Amino acid sequence: MIDFIKENLILNDPLIVGANVSILLTLIAIVFVLTYFKKWKWLWTEWVTTVDHKKIGIMYIISALLMLFRGGVDALLMRAQLTVPNNDFLSPQHYNEIFTTHGTIMILFMAMPFLLGLMNFVVPLQIGARDVAYPYLNNLSFWSFFFGAILFNVSFVFGGSPDAGWTNYAPLAIEGSPGPGINYYLLGLQVSGIGTLLTGINFIVTIIKMRAPGMKLLRMPMFSWTTLITSFIIVFAFPILTVTLALMTFDRLFGTHFFTLTDGGNPMLWSNLFWLWGHPEVYIVVLPAFGIFSEVIATFAKKTLFGYKSMIISLVVISFLSFLVWVHHFFTMGGSAAINNVFSITTMAIAIPTGIKIFNWLGTLYKSRIQFTTAMLWALGFIPTFVIGGVTGVMLGMAAADFQYHNNYFLVAHFHYTLIAGVVFACFAGFVYWYPKMFGHKLDERLGKLSFWFFAIGFNVCFLPQFLLGFAGMPRRVYTYVPEDGWTALNVVSTIGAIGMGIGFLILVYNIHYSIRNAKKETTGDAWNGRTLEWATTTAIPPHYNFADVPEIKGIDAFWQMKQENEEKKKKTITYRPIHMPNNASTPFVMSALFFVAGFGLVFELWWLAVIGGIGIIACLLIRSIRSHKEDEGYYVTVEELKKMEQPFHKEA
Amino acid sequence: MFKNVQSWVIGLTSLFSLIVLTALAIRSDLIILDPKGPVGAIQKDLIIYSIYFMLAILIVVYALFTFIVTKYRDRKNFDKNEYKPDMHGSTKLEIIWTLIPIIIVTALSIPNAKALYELKKPPKSTADKEPIVIHATAVDWKWIFSYPDNNIETVNYVNVPEDYPILFKVTAADSMASFWIPQLGGQIYGMPGMVNELYLQADDPGVYKGRNSNFTGVGMTNQIFRFVALAEEDYQDWLKKTKKNAPELDVGTYEKLMLPETVGEMTFSSTHLEFIDHSKNSEYALNIREKYGVEVKGIRVKADSSEEDENEATISSHH
Repeated sequence: MIDFIKENLILNDPLIVGANVSILLTLIAIVFVLTYFKKWKWLWTEWVTTVDHKKIGIMYIISALLMLFRGGVDALLMRAQLTVPNNDFLSPQHYNEIFTTHGTIMILFMAMPFLLGLMNFVVPLQIGARDVAYPYLNNLSFWSFFFGAILFNVSFVFGGSPDAGWTNYAPLAIEGSPGPGINYYLLGLQVSGIGTLLTGINFIVTIIKMRAPGMKLLRMPMFSWTTLITSFIIVFAFPILTVTLALMTFDRLFGTHFFTLTDGGNPMLWSNLFWLWGHPEVYIVVLPAFGIFSEVIATFAKKTLFGYKSMIISLVVISFLSFLVWVHHFFTMGGSAAINNVFSITTMAIAIPTGIKIFNWLGTLYKSRIQFTTAMLWALGFIPTFVIGGVTGVMLGMAAADFQYHNNYFLVAHFHYTLIAGVVFACFAGFVYWYPKMFGHKLDERLGKLSFWFFAIGFNVCFLPQFLLGFAGMPRRVYTYVPEDGWTALNVVSTIGAIGMGIGFLILVYNIHYSIRNAKKETTGDAWNGRTLEWATTTAIPPHYNFADVPEIKGIDAFWQMKQENEEKKKKTITYRPIHMPNNASTPFVMSALFFVAGFGLVFELWWLAVIGGIGIIACLLIRSIRSHKEDEGYYVTVEELKKMEQPFHKEA
Repeated sequence: MFKNVQSWVIGLTSLFSLIVLTALAIRSDLIILDPKGPVGAIQKDLIIYSIYFMLAILIVVYALFTFIVTKYRDRKNFDKNEYKPDMHGSTKLEIIWTLIPIIIVTALSIPNAKALYELKKPPKSTADKEPIVIHATAVDWKWIFSYPDNNIETVNYVNVPEDYPILFKVTAADSMASFWIPQLGGQIYGMPGMVNELYLQADDPGVYKGRNSNFTGVGMTNQIFRFVALAEEDYQDWLKKTKKNAPELDVGTYEKLMLPETVGEMTFSSTHLEFIDHSKNSEYALNIREKYGVEVKGIRVKADSSEEDENEATISSHH
């Protein structure tokens, strides 16, 4: 046992040892603080076992911010390494591990949970539901994501990180990567994928079945619409990932030959299956982002969304096309001219519905009254930046030209322009926008704007040069270059930009700390003069049952219309009725922890550990099945409690 | 928005960054946009053609964006007559901005399709010449070139005559690699057990950088080669001299090449095609490694003391 730990604990790299020590100290500090303030029980009952979609959403977002920090440090290390030619700041192996974890973490453990967190928090409120359709599953979703992420991150200090790129191409990831790294990738993603799939199912049912009276599908806010479409993509795409990961796990652990070089395996199959999931995955993160921008822009332009129906149609078209373009990730694989041609056309076709959306946002701003809040800055910054990502995407979609762009920095710049300007800007916009709903106070606007400008300018300074580096012939994933390549100046500029982004992020985090201390408490539920139902809650932070009295919906901007129409509503006495709420759930946490145990066992081929984990998981399922009728009885929020909870609002109003 | 000092700082920083970038762009060697052969030229023309469209789109969107955001910003003397909070769409406008992208996509698809078919054929400018066939094989982390007609094999460099169509038959012994010479055109995967074809041609004599652009592990960065275009007579000279002077490639030497490491340039007067066809056999390199007890990344699987020094040369990992 001690030998096993000695063998795998990474102690020969000062950077990683530093991280080891800081992780250890942080853990000790957390345990100490929780014990000292006697917060263990609070943590367990209020957070770990909660089924409240709002708390689960917040936990997702906190995890995502941590992962953004980790992925961001990876990015800065890469930029540091590439700043000057012939740099030996990082060894090639270390560099490979870092760009692999950077990509995987940013997509799967940062962008996805950030958006799932916002969805969790916002969507039930937006459609006037008490919670999601399956609160128990929701808790399981979060914890399986969380333990999957932990499993993936453990690789960094114990056994070595995966090093085959986030695309994890075979045969490099099988025959070319001995050691536990790739196993971590396969099992970490597998465990967290369970949560994602469950969330997809959960939100489809929630949105279809649990909308407030009068909220027809065509009256639903745009963010809820994007969530619905995204959930469908998840349900169609994630099973592909599950199977693909499982097949490679078999290859690596049990000697099967799906993607191997030997005995008739086919490495190309991995590339195809990976991108069959991978391309829809891009839209899984970018569609909710579009939804966030739609909400933020409509609110701060004080105008109803332009072209609501064409927005929805383009969403549906994008989600459909997203399954038909995967080959554009490897036009260079030697497909016939006809095949490449077809996929060129489907790829470029995505620009059509996306273009419609851009113009609809401009249409929303036209003849509006724009307030430049921090959230709105992120949304406005998105439009010109994302358009660069969009048009370069069309350029890449032209297969004949892609033969030159493939695997070079033009591509790297392109997908950062879509994923950062599209997704990260949206996460920040949504975070700032819904923050008062989560915590009862706004984030400081001055600091918020400062972080926006640092991040947005830093972003462009970082990635615009990379388009040029692409034209200069710099391939992605190289750990260094020579001065004669002529890439130095552009790389220096790019690194300066990355530092700007880092500062922007730090200001954003500092802003949380600053605002907790200095911000004014919100007194109403309507921090921004909002248009949609989440702003209609009676208190700044919605009570756990969301709405004491679910309102009747009459149009697209439900809350806006309510505000316009009636003052009499306030006078109308609300007759409270007891509200049925679900119980907390402790099994999902335990079960996810067991998934971690089983996953860890498989990573190191410690079969006994994997078996113990597996038996534990099955036991949890059985226990849950047997006890579910009792556990699920739930409880009632009584009328007295409701009156008390809803009281403060009436006094203040 | 542009009232206070902060806004000026933001504006000036942005402008300054843009100027620096433009300056760098002008000074940089954008080799893809300066092709030295007909294949790269087709691709460059297509790229430039698409850039015109993209710039037009950017200009339209940016102009609209700037106009709208400036005009409709909330301010003291905001004209309330300009504010139409209930405007929810315009079928006419929406049809227009659906049709325009469709037209643009069509305008881009047609030359793209033409280029795709053209790239599958030998370059037009030298249609009278029979293409020279060269096999390019990627092995972690080197490129092996075989001239079957002349019985020559080179490692990490390839000599060709200028103004001659070259048909590269690209494959790999292990990882999936991508064969790329940015200034001449690109790019095609070399995959074990398969073969892909790529025509290239250099219009002028010169040395062009070639490489594997696909990630294949620790040595990928150094998996580079020189593509040397020679004048016709120089090329013939080289062929003659090589056939005469270069050693034959024996199986033992070739097996060493299968080990995952970077090597210098080499020349042989016979090819590996005589004893192994990587486009049919994807297991060869792995079997050799097993024989020598070497896995990728230099991790030894089977103890074999005689090969100690071989391993030192491999780029090793921390483990």
